[in-house]
Amino acid sequence: MEPIAVIEGTAVPLDRSDVDTDQIIPAQHLKRIERSGFGPFLFDEWRKDPDFVLNDPRYEGASILIAGANFGSGSSREHAPWALEDYGFKAVIAPSFADIFRNNCFKIGLLPVEVRAESARALMDAVLDDPTTRIVVDLPNRAVRAPGLDETFDIDEFTHWRLTEGLDDIGLSLRNEEKISRFEATRPGWMPTA
Amino acid sequence: MNTVTKTLAEKVWERHVVHRADGEPDLLYVDLHLVHEVTSPQAFESLRLHGRTVRRPELTVATMDHNVPTTDGPVTDEISARQMQALQANAEEFGVTLYPWGAAGQGIVHVIGPEMGYTQPGMTIVCGDSHTSTHGAFGALAFGIGTSEVEHVLATQTLPQHAAKTMAVTVDGELPDGVGAKDIILGIINRIGTGGGVGHVIEYRGSAIRALSMEGRMTICNMSIEGGARAGMVAPDDTTFAYVEGRAHAPTGADWEAALDEWRTLPSDPDAMFDAEVEVDAARLKPYVSWGTNPAQSVTIEEAVPGPDAFDEASKRDAAARALAYMDLTPGTPIRDIRPDTIFLGSCTNSRIEDLRLAAGIVRGRRVASGLRAMVVPGSVAVKVQAEREGLDRVFSEAGFDWRGAGCSMCLGMNPDILGPGERSASTSNRNFEGRQGKGGRTHLVSPAVAAATAVLGRFGTPDELPAVEVV
Repeated sequence: MEPIAVIEGTAVPLDRSDVDTDQIIPAQHLKRIERSGFGPFLFDEWRKDPDFVLNDPRYEGASILIAGANFGSGSSREHAPWALEDYGFKAVIAPSFADIFRNNCFKIGLLPVEVRAESARALMDAVLDDPTTRIVVDLPNRAVRAPGLDETFDIDEFTHWRLTEGLDDIGLSLRNEEKISRFEATRPGWMPTA
Repeated sequence: MNTVTKTLAEKVWERHVVHRADGEPDLLYVDLHLVHEVTSPQAFESLRLHGRTVRRPELTVATMDHNVPTTDGPVTDEISARQMQALQANAEEFGVTLYPWGAAGQGIVHVIGPEMGYTQPGMTIVCGDSHTSTHGAFGALAFGIGTSEVEHVLATQTLPQHAAKTMAVTVDGELPDGVGAKDIILGIINRIGTGGGVGHVIEYRGSAIRALSMEGRMTICNMSIEGGARAGMVAPDDTTFAYVEGRAHAPTGADWEAALDEWRTLPSDPDAMFDAEVEVDAARLKPYVSWGTNPAQSVTIEEAVPGPDAFDEASKRDAAARALAYMDLTPGTPIRDIRPDTIFLGSCTNSRIEDLRLAAGIVRGRRVASGLRAMVVPGSVAVKVQAEREGLDRVFSEAGFDWRGAGCSMCLGMNPDILGPGERSASTSNRNFEGRQGKGGRTHLVSPAVAAATAVLGRFGTPDELPAVEVV
């Protein structure tokens, strides 16, 4: 994974709460066995509406998505963050995220940025009002900055370190190989096996 | 977390910590990794690219469920076929046990785990599927993961996990007639909202939960994710042990006794503290029907479709207005006046033998209303075989239901079983998201009892409204 530092760019305002992963990428597009190529199907159904915000040319080239609360609810499909990343987003800002979606984002280096509801609203309004508004997501300093807004966001120490260093999660766990083997030796023999 | 007394979730968690260090997530050991064809191909591919192997193939169990047709073959969708073939090839290459399409043992991953006895109390169970919470019904800590995490578990048999909060949902009292497990969980989600459980492992407790069968407990734990929870659990008890005993992968003899000794230590300590508590009066629950496009947007069947102004928060009003437009519903319409085109009885929420028995009992000797499409999709080949042994297939067929093969089917419409644009379903599945069952399709989530009664009535209703069956 590439290390993440500062993400700066314009943003798309998706002013809806509870956006589920079935909307981010509908199930009929989950049949690919490749890791790439999901971007064209991002918000596939909603994009058929010419008034949908992703079809608004004023928001072309944005690298940040701003959304309502509980973004990414529902299915565990990692295809949802893959599609967002493939489309060109590097960060999603929302008042809250569904747990599995947030985990999946952290795994691939798409940054989920949880800010206070008032700040998310202020950013949403700023971008709705002026699509050229530039937003800075500063991961090393855990900060989000935009005209008239400067605040910090929470991210646990371990994930922060892993993302800023661009480290492979599996490699990190395998540093504990000995401990894994020791644990395995203590498992009762009656536990189920295939 | 409380260090002296512990909840069920904390006990299972603590017993699986492989590595713990300040400022790091705990590294948890995974006892069982369930795999299906949709969320695994990229994980296996990445293992190959990195020259890694599956650490414990014997703790990994794969099946095909999301894509599979529920009619006799062949698989007509080439891309679906490619995904199924990929799983077959990956299972062979990495030595993973696979229950392929049509084989004995195949079925929805959350149905086959419990029925073969792979799912046992106190285990950690993961799967690249959000409804993995189902297995929590046995007092296992079970949760859905993404494909990167699938790869992580394949390679290491562990997963780094940040501490979870705990939530007790206590359902006390006696359920009224005609109200079941599905109504309990729809009622809970209606109350806590789709994000109410975020960050929490829910433990369902109370006399109404204790009185449920394992099938009912699975229905409840299954939909924990619909309330945003990381997992849902029920403490194991004699009902649990009776279900597990004798199953193919359950311990036997002295091992069984050793397992019981271990499992009996799992329930939350009497004075264990939870981070959040919710109490539900079972006696006041009624059958629920969803009217919107998320599982919290529901009312009881006695009520009418609400308008956006019924909600205090602006975001909820916006969501309601959008949902009403998508669902083509007018506020004030009694739920009983809504007429679906399709009845879907199936999914990892409600496709077990008990669900099929209950629905068959309601439609026995009756007919599906004219113009309605009705289908039953058993959760597994084993459920299908059992139902056929009991003659339930004939009951359904004679009533006008289509009797299908096992799979996820219309729950998410990855196979040919889908709603057409504008079609409306009464569905025993778990999600009513826009387009979930097919582009433009409109889903109403209900219990198997309401689905069966609705099939006969041609509008949403309950079994007590059905005219008596004439005995010939």
